[in-house]
Amino acid sequence: MMPDLGKYAVEVLSAYAASLALLVGLVVLTLRRGRAARADLEAAEADVKRNG
Amino acid sequence: MSIWQYANPVKFLALSARVQPVLWVVSIAFVVVGLSWGFFATPDDFRQGSTVKIIYLHVPAALMAINAWFMMLVTSLIWLIRRHHVSALAAKAAAPIGVVMTVIALLTGAIWGQPMWGTWWAWDPRLTSFLILFLFYLGYIALWEAIEDPDTAADLTSVLCLVGSVFAILSRYAVQFWNQGLHQGTSVPVATGGRTVADVFFYPLLISMIGFGLLFVALVFYRTGTEIRLRRASALRARSERGV
Repeated sequence: MMPDLGKYAVEVLSAYAASLALLVGLVVLTLRRGRAARADLEAAEADVKRNG
Repeated sequence: MSIWQYANPVKFLALSARVQPVLWVVSIAFVVVGLSWGFFATPDDFRQGSTVKIIYLHVPAALMAINAWFMMLVTSLIWLIRRHHVSALAAKAAAPIGVVMTVIALLTGAIWGQPMWGTWWAWDPRLTSFLILFLFYLGYIALWEAIEDPDTAADLTSVLCLVGSVFAILSRYAVQFWNQGLHQGTSVPVATGGRTVADVFFYPLLISMIGFGLLFVALVFYRTGTEIRLRRASALRARSERGV
């Protein structure tokens, strides 16, 4: 259940929304870049094997 | 067994693969518990009302913004002295996390400051040094991106990190250097132990701080692994282009 935030509800909720959005964005971008790096390395290793 | 064995990228990646699952689960659990406890189950402050709930975001983010820079300082020094590539890449990996933590600290500070101080921003010693720290983070990332040769980039960013450390120290101790400005003193002074936060607010804050710290470590491990893989892929491509 939602606590009663009184007259500061907008401030508290916007602080939480902005911070959580930034944290989730950081984690998502980190994981996406990590996956792309793994794929990039696998492709580079496959090229090396193919070309001897 | 020595810590320097993890300067070997293969050993670092093996360690990282072992510790990361635990780190992610524990850090997210601490963050969720700390923030939920603080948001849903703590009372309003008698003076600040419900805005006190912002402390569970603001303090851990500010703490990690400064500590991330100190971690970068240590790993930069290791690069400059011992030339271990993993340490330079760990510093590079930590910078974007530090930026996000600094933005959260500045943003939540402004949102908290408006109703309490009557202003979003003041050129207060702590706020100003924090803003400069944020600009140093941006400069550090830009410098890595601007220089093509990775070793030269690591050298120059390490020097920038040393210079920026002055502002990281100022961010932490500015309120003690100058008895002026709007920002209050440290809420949880580790050195003296004389905290000014009541237990009902302190315990969820502590959980949240531990969560942010562990999340930072998990992210640094993951991002350093990413940097190692990108460096390795780039080296393989360069080698095959040279026909070696």
